[in-house]
Parts: sequence; structure tokens; C-alpha cells
Amino acid sequence: MKYTQQDFKSDQIVKWCPGCGDHAILAAVLRAMPEICEKTGMSKEQFVFVSGIGCSSRFPYYMNTYGFHGIHGRAGALATGMKVANPNLSVWQMTGDGDALAIGGNHFIHEIRRNIDVNIILFNNRIYGLTKGQYSPTSKFGMVTKTSPYGTVEYPFTPGELVLGARGTFFARSLDSELALNQEIMVRAAMHKGTSVMEMLVNCMIYNNGTHADISDREVRADRTIVLRDGEPMIFGKNKDKGIVLDGLSLKVVKIGENGFTEKDILVHDSKSDNFGIHSMLVDMKGPDFPVALGVIRDVADKTYDESLHKQVAEVKEKAKIHSMDELLHSGATWTVE
Amino acid sequence: MERKVVDVQDVVIRFTGDSGDGMQLTGTLFADASALYGNEISTFPDYPAEIRAPQGTVSGVSGFQVHIGQKDVKTPGDLADVLVSMNPAALMANAKFAKPGGSIILDQDSFDEQGLEKAGFKTLDPIEELNLQDYNVIWAPITSLTKESLKDSGMDMKSIVRCKNIFTLGMCYFMFGRPLHFTEEYLKKKFAKKPNLIEPNIKVLNDGYNYAHNTHAIGNTYTIAPAKVEKGVYRSINGNQATAWGLIAASEKSGRPMFVGSYPITPATAILEELAIHKNLGVKTMQCEDEISGICTSIGAAYAGNMAVTTTSGPGLSLKSEALGLAFIAELPLVIVDVQRSGPSTGIPTKTEQTDLAQALYGRNGECPVMVMAARTPSDCFRAAFYAAKFAMEHMMPVIFLSEGYLGNGSEPWKIPSMSDYPSITPPIITECNGKFKPFERDPETFVRRWAIPGTPGLEHRVGGLEKTPGGAVSSDPEVHEMMVKNRAEKLRKVSEVIPPLEVIGKEKGDVLLVGWGGTYGHLYTAVNQLLEEGKSVGFAQFDYINPLPKNTAEVFGRFKKILVCELNSGQFADYLRAKLPEFKYQQFNKVQGQPFMVHEIVEAVKNLK
Repeated sequence: MKYTQQDFKSDQIVKWCPGCGDHAILAAVLRAMPEICEKTGMSKEQFVFVSGIGCSSRFPYYMNTYGFHGIHGRAGALATGMKVANPNLSVWQMTGDGDALAIGGNHFIHEIRRNIDVNIILFNNRIYGLTKGQYSPTSKFGMVTKTSPYGTVEYPFTPGELVLGARGTFFARSLDSELALNQEIMVRAAMHKGTSVMEMLVNCMIYNNGTHADISDREVRADRTIVLRDGEPMIFGKNKDKGIVLDGLSLKVVKIGENGFTEKDILVHDSKSDNFGIHSMLVDMKGPDFPVALGVIRDVADKTYDESLHKQVAEVKEKAKIHSMDELLHSGATWTVE
Repeated sequence: MERKVVDVQDVVIRFTGDSGDGMQLTGTLFADASALYGNEISTFPDYPAEIRAPQGTVSGVSGFQVHIGQKDVKTPGDLADVLVSMNPAALMANAKFAKPGGSIILDQDSFDEQGLEKAGFKTLDPIEELNLQDYNVIWAPITSLTKESLKDSGMDMKSIVRCKNIFTLGMCYFMFGRPLHFTEEYLKKKFAKKPNLIEPNIKVLNDGYNYAHNTHAIGNTYTIAPAKVEKGVYRSINGNQATAWGLIAASEKSGRPMFVGSYPITPATAILEELAIHKNLGVKTMQCEDEISGICTSIGAAYAGNMAVTTTSGPGLSLKSEALGLAFIAELPLVIVDVQRSGPSTGIPTKTEQTDLAQALYGRNGECPVMVMAARTPSDCFRAAFYAAKFAMEHMMPVIFLSEGYLGNGSEPWKIPSMSDYPSITPPIITECNGKFKPFERDPETFVRRWAIPGTPGLEHRVGGLEKTPGGAVSSDPEVHEMMVKNRAEKLRKVSEVIPPLEVIGKEKGDVLLVGWGGTYGHLYTAVNQLLEEGKSVGFAQFDYINPLPKNTAEVFGRFKKILVCELNSGQFADYLRAKLPEFKYQQFNKVQGQPFMVHEIVEAVKNLK
């Protein structure tokens, strides 16, 4: 069946603040859904949107699909249960930096470690918005918020590092406003078997306006970010004249045409590579020395928990001598009283 | 000394030793052999939290009590007719459980100066020190006889000494006229992959038997004739296994595939372990990263259309509280099994109690009444688990089944039921509807909403923790909220229409009604029968359903002059009854020691009633 965006849109009024980055993510999801259905052969009733608590967790109400708005931090566990119970579902977990990385941190890492075939969109605005402005596990060191009036004294997580540290098989990063790129990432995530984490750097107009402006502003974006695409050299900059090379065991930004560097020296991206080290370095790139990597950084194949478990159930069933409760009740040591 | 063969109705044996001495196995083998022989049995494992506490100390003592008899064995027995203690610490800790005038079998080899000191004895004469002169103390050099028995077995000394429990078992088999072949068969199966261990174990069992036969150390021997029990096929089952099987049975009856999200916790872990075995019956088990994930994965699975279960013990139930509220407001079927243990906090994790009742009834934010039910005996856990799942699925709500360490670890013979004796389970699954699906629209009779399973075209809807209208839209309208609160409570109340009425054992009306719930059933049942034999006017009402209460509860209470609520807590059920049925006066008999009741305690409590 051919779908349009409208098929996935619910009749609920979207209640995010005007200008919130979440609107743009919703737009990208709505655009991605028909394409995902076409590419995977899935139908609308197979999609479930699951969330925890926070601004982004309102998401399921805005989709005309099955949806579950859970409790704070537990979207990962809810999504895991759904996918393991019914692997025919396409489960989308909508979560924020507080929901996934603070209260739900444990579920987040274990969901990734188990490689549950779930698609996670992590809305990272580096702030608690719904509770009106407290710092989150991704807030920058020293950030002044209502609960850190003198600045925080703790370092933030880099979500991609957590994902890779938990043996993540898919990690992508993008900016809220990159509609086309986000659609592309979401389709890739849907095609990936295993936990797909998409970190979306979203802006909170009210409590953390401009938190990503150092890379997202139109004037600087081309020089401070790089969009990675498989098979393409890692070239970026307004003039497409900067590239990333391997220098010993580290990455380095070079200017093409300077110091003898030519386009041939530039690294070519391969998200499917088993090379964890290079993906890890790409995840870690940040200013002022490096552009922030966007796009699908890692997309490697591995066994998923849900598939493995169902396979195991099928194998045990096939070999088993006991196929019903009555048979089980009479198995093992029994005795008869005449 | 002439040996007499004494014919007895029932006998209680308590095996005690270091936690590494294999007392749980010894007790289980003795119980199984007795069950296979045809006796009624009831068992009570009493073990420490430490896997291997310092050897020879009181804190490392592990015990296993077995009650065998010809009929009406409903408890593991108050005091032991025969106490077996493999070391001084075991005697120190367990002498108080020996029946005055009973027999005490001791491993003479372990009662040296060092062993006595470690156990905390102040003198070299433990018998005098503990005032056991009137007991029939049997000193047997068990360790050295075991060494002698197995010296040519080719086993190393450590493994040989480890067989002393089997030697002791052999002695007890002689003493109680148990046949050896059940245990020999077990040993052959157990060591099928290590055949060189089969022969030595069988030899040491027989040598123990023959030693007891040949020496005059053991005075009387006992015969306990097989019980005159109902015809049928029997098996031995413990409460945790029965719980697991009851759940699998419900999955089969309902046709809903089963998902179990759990986290290991004593004494509930064995349920998860048992369920994990039965993938052949389609059971999906997931050992989660924590208790919260255990319940949340289960809620996710319930939404996705599975029969969902999470198993835990008290502290785990605390961690699951918030999510339980989610299952309640989302009106999804979910079975929560709480195998209660001594609390609060970590408490005494291996000991039994009934102290989670208040938590099960009230431990959540908001107006959140959930169904709470209990089991009477280890095998009755099968029924309780089956019905917990039936009510959860047919009424679209979470159900808490309160088991207890005493039930979970205890075992008894069980007449195997046929699945055709159990009712059908019909969840209210909806597969299509005209117009927009309203997720919280209710059946006018039962107030149950319908279960629309993702993957069904046309029924797309959202559920969650926020209050909603019957149509499924988020709402903070004051009147909608109050209506939904009342409707959810009414849905639960209506379950009282379909649960069995309260029954009275003993006098239908009279002076005293004993009231209990859960695993104290056997003790209360036995106490009531003793009191009836003495001519007392007593009845006994066992509550299998706590929330909601059976419809006829007030009517039953009204037939007695006094009501005595007996429970292994400080009065949680009594308080609940005071709130629900304030027109009656409730007296209490409570014990919070991490130990089950003793029958004589209950009998005395009734006699001492003011």
C-alpha cells in the first residue's frame, strides 16, 4: 500500500512551543514514514511509537499509529518488551537527554547492548524543558540553570560515546533543521536490524535557546559540521576545501591543496566498517579543531536479541518432547495411587 | 538394647548442617522418597543468605525440615522428632527445634574442641550445655565412616567427605523404613554424565543404611504407613515451580504467547529459572537489567498482545511501584508475582513473611487499587498463578499474586490435574470496529475495556500514563478524571461477582473464627482441627482473594462471636479488614520472626482469647 504523510498524522493539536526543534523532527518522521513503508513493505498498523516523559515524549500523540506514552526513563524497557513480544512491529522510541541518559540511562545502555531492533530518536536539547529549565546530563560544564545558579560542576555525556561503549550497531547524528538529511537517516535506521540511535540536536527556544548555534548557524554550519556519507571522502567547509585525514593514530583536519594534501589523502567514510576506532573518533570530533560529524556514522550488522530469542524458542520447540501443559504436568518423577 | 518398631501417624525430621553440607539436598531426597513411598509430606527449607558463611559458625547453618505422615500433613511440623546435626553450630542453632524427648543424631567427628568453640559452646559437653540430657542423643562417627566407606572409590578426600550427607540419609532411611531405590534411581540420573560417581554414592547410601541397622546406636525405628490418598497420578512440586507452571497453563488456555521480564531476587528467582526452561511451550523469558525493566518490558509486551508476567520479591515490588501504576491506568493485563520475604529493605532475605500485603494493596501514587490474591500451599500456587493470569487478561488489569518464601521453597505431593479441569481464558481482544476505536470504552456489565493489539489495521490508538477520556484523548478535565478513577475502581470491585465465595472450615458458626490468608493455611487448618477435637466451637476462613474481598465476607464474619486474624506480620490484613468491614471487632495473632507459625502457638492464642 502506498502511503502519504497525511496517513501518519494524528488529529491531535501539536502542543510544543512555537519554534521548538521538535516540530522539525516530527516533520521529518512524517516524511520518512511513507518511504520506510515502501522500502520495508510494512503497513501503518505495524508501527508503534513509544516514549517516556519530557517534551519530546509527547510525540506518540501526534502520530496516527499505535502509541504508548510511558513513564519517565522507561521508554527503552517498554520498547524492548514490545519488540521482543512481537518482532513484526516497527518500534520507534522517542526520548530526550533527560529521559534516556539520566533516569533511563540503565535501560538505554542495556537496550543497545542487547541490540534490540528498535529505532531510537534521542532529542538532545541539553536541558529539562518540561520541568522548566534544569540542567541535563548533556548540559555543558558550568551551565547556569535553575538548579545550577552558579553553574554546573559536572561534565556532560557525549551520547554517541555511550552508544558505542554499549556496543551500539547504529549511530547517527543530525541537527533539527536538516529535514532532508533527517529523513535519509530515519530511513537508514528503519532498514538497520538492531538498535538504531539517532541523536537529534534540537533547540529549546525557551530554556536553552541557541545551545547548538555554534554549529547550526547558517554562516558557520558548513565549516563546523561535516555530513558523512558512505563512499564519499570526508570533505567539508563553505568552499569544500577541508578534509579529514588519518595522522598516525588520530584524525586531523587538512586544507586540500596545502602541505601536499590532495583529495586522494582524504578519508572515505564507511559506516559499515567493523573499525570501531574510526567510528569512535568520528563520534568524538568537536570544535574548534574539528567539525561535528552528522549523518550515519556507524551502521554495522550483528545479531539482534529479539530475533535470537525467537530463533531459540523455535529450536527448543522443535527438539522438545513436551508440547503441551498436560504433557509437562506428567513429565519427570510421578507415581500412581491405585 | 532391644530395638522396637514403632507405628506412627506422622514424624518430623530436621536436617541441619553447614551451608556447604548439602542439607537442602538431603532433605529434598528424603521428602521425595517419602512422597514416592506414599506418605503425605510437607517441607520447609530454612537456609542462610550467605552461600558459604564461615564454616562451622552458627551464621552458616542451613536447615531443611520434613514432615511425613499418613494423613493430613498440612505443615512442616512444629518441632522435630528427629534432629540431625552435622556439626556443633547446627546443634547450637537448632536444638530449640527438637521435640523434648526426641532423637538427635550428631556427627561425632565434628564435635571436637575447635568445632565446639567455633559454634560458641563454652564447654566441651554440648549436651549438658544445651540441657539435652533427656533427649535420645545418637553419636555417630559419620565423617570417618564415610571416609572408610569410600576409601577405595578413587575419589579425592574433599569429594569423599562431601558424601557424608548421603551416608546420613542412608541412616535416616533405615530409621524410618524408607526404600532406597527411589534415591538410587535419582543418583543414577543425576550422575548420568559422571558415571564414576554413581557407584560411590549408592555405596555410601547403603553403608549408612547398614550402619544404622547393624549398630545399636539407633533405638527405635518408625514405620509410617502410606497415606490413604485419593486415587490418581501424583508428583512432588514446590511453590515456585507450581507458580511457573500455573502461568504457562494460563498462556496455553488463553492462546496468548507468554512474556516474562524479571530480575533475579531471592526467593523468587526459581520462578524465572523454571520459566526459562520451558521455551518448548513458547515461553519467552528475559532477564532484565533491573526490576523496573522487568515490569516495563512486561507492560510493553502486554501492549503488544502477550500474556505478560513479572516475578519478584518485596524490595523488587517497591521498585516496580511506579510502573504498576502505569499498567493500571493503561488498563493492560499483567501478572506480578511477589514471593514475600522478611523486610523492610533487605531484611532477612531468605526468611519467610507476609509483610508485603500493605505494599501490594496501597504502595502506589494516586488512586490505584489493584487485585491482590494469595495461595494456600506450595501446590496451590498453580491455581493462584493460573487465576491471576485469567483475571488479569479477562479484566484488563494488573494482578498481584502474593506468594511467600515458605510456599515458594516448600514442596508437597500434588495430584496432577488435567488441563480440561481448568476453565477457559477469554481476553477481550478486538479485531475490528466501526468508526474510530475508543480504547477506554467499557463493557457495560464488567467495565472491562478491549485489548487492541498493534498490528491490527484500523485500531491504531495511544495509551499511557496520562489521564484520558474514554475515547483515548489526553484529558485533565476534573470530571473526566473522577469518572475514570471511579470506573477503574468499579471494574475491580465487579471482580468480586466472579470470585468464589468465602468458605468456612470447621464450625459454620460459633465462638471463634480464625482468619488467615496465604501460606499460613496449613498451620491454621491443623490448629482448627485440634481445637475442634477438643470440642471448641471454632471455624476457619482462608482468604484466597484479598482485593476485592469475597462477596459473602461480612455474612461469614457475622456468624461468629470473635474473629482472630492470624498473619506473619504486625496486622496488615486485620487493618485492611477494619477499613473494609468496620462493623466487626478484629483480634490479632501475629508473628514477625521470619519463621512460619507453629500450630501450638495458634492453638494457645485461641485458648487465651479474651
